Amino acid sequence: MPLDPDPAIFRAVVSTIVPEAAALDEQAWHDLLQVVEALLRDRPESLNRQLRMFLGAIQWLPVVRYGRPFTRLHPAARARVLRHLENDRILKVRVGFWGLRTIVLAGYYGRPQAAQAIGYAATVRGWEARG
Amino acid sequence: MKRVSYDIVIVGSGAGGGTVAQELSPLCRQGLRIAVLEKGPRLGDHEFTGRELEMTGALYEDGGGFLTADGTMTIAFGCAYGGSTVVYTGTSMLPPERVIRRWDVPGLTHADLDSRARKFMAENNAHLVEDDLINENNKLFVGGCRKLGYDVQQFPVNIKGCRGSSLCNLGCPNQAKQGTDRVQLPRAEQNGVEVVTRCQVLTVGEKTLAVRVTAKPAGAKGDPSPWEPGDYLIDAKIVVLAAGAVNTPALLLRSGMGRSLPRLGYGFTSHPAFIMVGEHARPIVNFVGHPKSYYLDRAESDCHVLETCMYFPFITAKSLAGFGEPHSAFMRAFPRLQMILVLACDEADEYNRVAIDGAGRPVVHYRFQPKTIYGLMSGAYTAAKILFAAGAVRVHMPVARETTIEASDAARLEEIAAAAEFRPGKTPVSAAHPQGGCGMGSGPANSVTDSYGRVHGLPWLFVADASLFPNSLEINPYVAIMALADRVAQRIREEVPALL
Repeated sequence: MPLDPDPAIFRAVVSTIVPEAAALDEQAWHDLLQVVEALLRDRPESLNRQLRMFLGAIQWLPVVRYGRPFTRLHPAARARVLRHLENDRILKVRVGFWGLRTIVLAGYYGRPQAAQAIGYAATVRGWEARG
Repeated sequence: MKRVSYDIVIVGSGAGGGTVAQELSPLCRQGLRIAVLEKGPRLGDHEFTGRELEMTGALYEDGGGFLTADGTMTIAFGCAYGGSTVVYTGTSMLPPERVIRRWDVPGLTHADLDSRARKFMAENNAHLVEDDLINENNKLFVGGCRKLGYDVQQFPVNIKGCRGSSLCNLGCPNQAKQGTDRVQLPRAEQNGVEVVTRCQVLTVGEKTLAVRVTAKPAGAKGDPSPWEPGDYLIDAKIVVLAAGAVNTPALLLRSGMGRSLPRLGYGFTSHPAFIMVGEHARPIVNFVGHPKSYYLDRAESDCHVLETCMYFPFITAKSLAGFGEPHSAFMRAFPRLQMILVLACDEADEYNRVAIDGAGRPVVHYRFQPKTIYGLMSGAYTAAKILFAAGAVRVHMPVARETTIEASDAARLEEIAAAAEFRPGKTPVSAAHPQGGCGMGSGPANSVTDSYGRVHGLPWLFVADASLFPNSLEINPYVAIMALADRVAQRIREEVPALL
């Protein structure tokens, strides 16, 4: 996983951004990570580095306020941490969160199973498929 | 390094490059050698699967993730045989008279552009979709607009044999959309124009281009380039740049032309946009049928245009603001969602521009002007009213403090909109209409080219894409690009004896 030496951090972030992800089985997580890895493969190493640093900051910044790292917070506190980043007064922090959120959403909703789960069923056959 | 020669080289194969290629192709019968150089791949019909990440990765620059320098806006543009015409929805709009008058380019009249635009509308089969093929997502928009007394209008679209897959922005899997990949480029090739894909132009010098042809990556879509991978030097007596409003200015800048052309890169606009989503109580027909059939033009009064749209799971998720349960709730309601795209009419200024980084790659510096923010905010308010008027039970407004607005709060919409906040880096903004950077005008002090796209001071070098726009077009741009490219081709045909 290029983003995160500790997969638990990324999993915790994904499950906070998309709560349904907490219920994914191992195969689905594997698929999600495959999508993310494919997206990041052709990106500059500097971007991968920034994302890793951002994840590290998400893991350890809560220690100051909550006395424990992100992965050991309950879901509501995790959401508060991410909301703080999303609304931070520093543009670079907001953009960093935006980038991470985008990757998470690509990983989750880029899977055909997720499209199926939300009832998205566009097909090449269009009107014909409706019968 | 290999060396090849052509009489005319066209860089880019989208609305501009494809048009110039077609219009100049009869010259091949007179023995002229013409080549189109396209950075992207050429896909076979069977490779258009409609799968979201697979197709965006294959057809868009940076997989659709090209960001402005500060990361606050995504700019989506095509990178394939056919350029952005492969991934647009085919909405075919005549250039508005008010805009062309405001551009005030010496030698460019609305009447001239209009007649050329109509020629391409006809050539591309632009027409109004029959009523029984309009889906509910569009009909609800029409109904909501009419209830509120808005003058909603139907888009002519350039489709032929559309099956209603709704996958236009992923490249039509049924080859129904009449982009340059279907109409102009095949004709140009029949007449003898060569198209070289996977061919990036590194620099352009005095009648010479340095280019790099890349190998097809393992597992990638598309044909290999007809040329062997490697670096080439191409001699060309006439060069036409049509690589789009991001890549054409960047190419000229990395070719060292910024010194003699001080306006190069400036005047960039893009119609920044976000989506508004309304959830209905019952499933509606939304992801079947042409996605973009109607619009509401409020550019003059409120700096925005509203268009129907229907995106795919990831793009929709990315375009909704926020995260967690409120975000997921809208995603789970996908079959009940009505979508409206809010486009702001931004204006050229002294900050927004295309530049290059140390490696010569394009960098777009973009700041949201107060007028642009006003356009997005007022557009969000108008769209929310339309969604509720159409019967939505709740609406997602990306700029509202609480992004989910229940129908029971619709009466407070004005108050909610007044308290809304546009926050760069948080508000999800994207743009698919990059324009400007090589604006037309009277001389180098105020522009990069003349009204026929000829670069000031370089009689052999032309530009023929959206970078020619001296300011925002305020509507979907491909027809206007074709009309301008047609002028460029006409000027070249007239001057071929002198230029060759």
